Amino acid sequence: MKADISVALVGNPNTGKSTLFNALTGLNQKIGNFPGVTVDKRVGYCPLPDGRSAEIIDLPGTYSLYPKSQDESIVFSVLADKANPHCPDLVIVIIDATNLKRNMLLYTQVADLRIPVMIALNMTDLTEKAGIDININLFSKKLGVPVIPISARKNEGIDKIREAISFANKVALQQPSIDVNFIAPELIGAISDYLHLDNPYYALQLAHQHENIKFISETESNRIEELEQLYAFHSQKAQASETIARYNFINDLLFDTVKTPLIPQGESISNKIDKVLTHKVFGFVIFFAILLFMFQSIFSWSTYPHDLIADLFVWVQNNLHKILPAGPLTGLLVDGVLGGLSGVMVFIPQIAILFAFISVLEDTGYMSRVTFMMDKLMRKVGLNGKSVVPLIGGFACAVPSIMGARTIENWKDRMITIMVTPLVTCSARLPVYTLLIALVVPNRNVWWILNLQGLALTGMYVFSLVSAIIVAFVFKLILKARERGYFIMEIPIYRLPRWKNVGFSMYERSKTFVVQAGKVIISVSVILWVLASYGPGDHFKQIDLKYAKLQMSQQYQPDELKRIKNSEKLENSYAGVLGHVIEPVIKPLGFDWKIGIALITSFAAREVFVGTMATIYSVDGDAERIEPVQQKMKAAVDPSTGQPEFSLAVAFSLMMFYAFAMQCASTVAVVYRETKSWRWPAIQFAYMTVLAYAASFIAFHLLK
Amino acid sequence: MRLSELLPGAIGIVKEFTDLEMSVKLMEMGCLPGAEVTISNIAPLGDPIAINVAGYQLSLRKQEASTIILQ
Repeated sequence: MKADISVALVGNPNTGKSTLFNALTGLNQKIGNFPGVTVDKRVGYCPLPDGRSAEIIDLPGTYSLYPKSQDESIVFSVLADKANPHCPDLVIVIIDATNLKRNMLLYTQVADLRIPVMIALNMTDLTEKAGIDININLFSKKLGVPVIPISARKNEGIDKIREAISFANKVALQQPSIDVNFIAPELIGAISDYLHLDNPYYALQLAHQHENIKFISETESNRIEELEQLYAFHSQKAQASETIARYNFINDLLFDTVKTPLIPQGESISNKIDKVLTHKVFGFVIFFAILLFMFQSIFSWSTYPHDLIADLFVWVQNNLHKILPAGPLTGLLVDGVLGGLSGVMVFIPQIAILFAFISVLEDTGYMSRVTFMMDKLMRKVGLNGKSVVPLIGGFACAVPSIMGARTIENWKDRMITIMVTPLVTCSARLPVYTLLIALVVPNRNVWWILNLQGLALTGMYVFSLVSAIIVAFVFKLILKARERGYFIMEIPIYRLPRWKNVGFSMYERSKTFVVQAGKVIISVSVILWVLASYGPGDHFKQIDLKYAKLQMSQQYQPDELKRIKNSEKLENSYAGVLGHVIEPVIKPLGFDWKIGIALITSFAAREVFVGTMATIYSVDGDAERIEPVQQKMKAAVDPSTGQPEFSLAVAFSLMMFYAFAMQCASTVAVVYRETKSWRWPAIQFAYMTVLAYAASFIAFHLLK
Repeated sequence: MRLSELLPGAIGIVKEFTDLEMSVKLMEMGCLPGAEVTISNIAPLGDPIAINVAGYQLSLRKQEASTIILQ
């Protein structure tokens, strides 16, 4: 879609930027990446009252143009690089009216870049309630920019924003805030001369940031560095004096335009809630209760939609079998592709519920409290309070969580977080655990409310967290710190979750999961189906001949005959051969060649396990839902012992393997992208495989 | 007195910083010389702490708070 005007949303974190973005663009948005960096780029389109349309870019929340994390560095790059396709024609700075002073710092920086700018003054309903009187007209006049009061949560003022975008100036009309020349006059002059710049603040920003921006050449960057040496430029000192000057300007501005009541305010509601939620004892009890509730709900709430989707697939598969002529292509489509797909689709409810929980926890402000409570504990094991968010997000999926670790400013803390996040039980392990637990753990209640199977699953979750913490501690001892870590973080006030945002997040995450996992699963099931349906040499022909003999059909029932014939074929297929090749390696873990096939295919993605098991055990090409697969696996007998193949020992050994092994191509890819080196994903893959093997081995021999 | 020594409930006024790198970050967040601060919360394990400054709540570690000198 081609838009007439490009608009960037800029603002502090927790100012309602995303809410405004959603209100402006509706579902008409997509999430991509900024070229060259892995920062989420949210772009949407917004119709304007005059019939034109605007492209809206939601930039990461930041307190200033000086980046403290990777996410924040994109803001200056987009705003300042005229060649960037997203370089905006207009910047909307969203200001939290209840916290004007701090929010205005970013505004004055953006305004000084001389891009057309306007202010969306959010949460004006709250300032009214608190008796804060903002003279918006005077405020707007002093700054020389449109100031539009809105309440993004209540959807108030959104039309005014649309209107203002359509009337926006093409040239920057804002009043200058401070005279930046005083900070480093000679250097600003020299850089301006060298690069032919007419904006002193832009020149100053280049002096600060030239090493990390991509749109200036290396020669230019080196020359700027030389000039800095020449004029003895000290970046931090310059930043400090700039910040002080800006706050002086803001203080003067607010002195004239804002009247705050002098009545001393009682303890805020947020503080009262904090007394309980961050209490020495209750704080942790509540936190763990929330986690427990989350996992129990993921299980119980998803049962109904889960079964519905599974039944739907069975119905479609059955009907397709009736309509389409029998043959290899039908088999591939119906049993291979659809079978594999249903394996993913049934997990949409679980994933949606999980993401709903996580976005509610973040949206209400509770997640920052968890960060606050856990920092000391996490620091002991080499992590950071902020690592809690990726780790909890890891329950959903390691991929977005590893990207989320960008908010951790400290390199070592961030690396350790990235290295251990894939250990946390992600949603792709859910199908594997569910299937195996259902096989060997009785479906019984203990203490009335706790289900034994649910308890086993919770146990796997807790186990994963404990192992992540232990591994983090080991990394803490190995890795060397590059810079000091710090924990300066805003704690937002408690708010009710914005259900619309929760809905957006559920929809967006489920869609991404289905599309990404779907692609992998379809290709894996096709490949697997081919590997399982054909074999080397003329084995298949010989099997056909063997079972065509008369004595065979006398000895067995036709159904029975078909079953034995097919399983002999599977054993002699390419997949079977492959399984047999690795069997000696996995035998000590209690796995046979069939599980071996599933292990191999699972290295693409863990959830493939269920589909693979379905394909391998559904020798008659029957419906591929979990229940039948489960029954087949339950009925499977180890030919050498006569015992059930999936004993408690084998099932738990398998779960241990899935708990530790790095069986996720997407995670490997994202770790590579985030660390920009193959070293880290390689180390991660190696240590996880070793742990997986050891844990499986121990589990199998303990329970055997 | 350092901010890390301020008692919960007492009001302090920021005078200066002992650490330049930390001061740049703190000042951007509105914690400047002259700003009024109070301790609003202490994490259950004693560290980090939360302070009220510039109209909002900011959390920081005790060690970081010790770089802020109060009047």
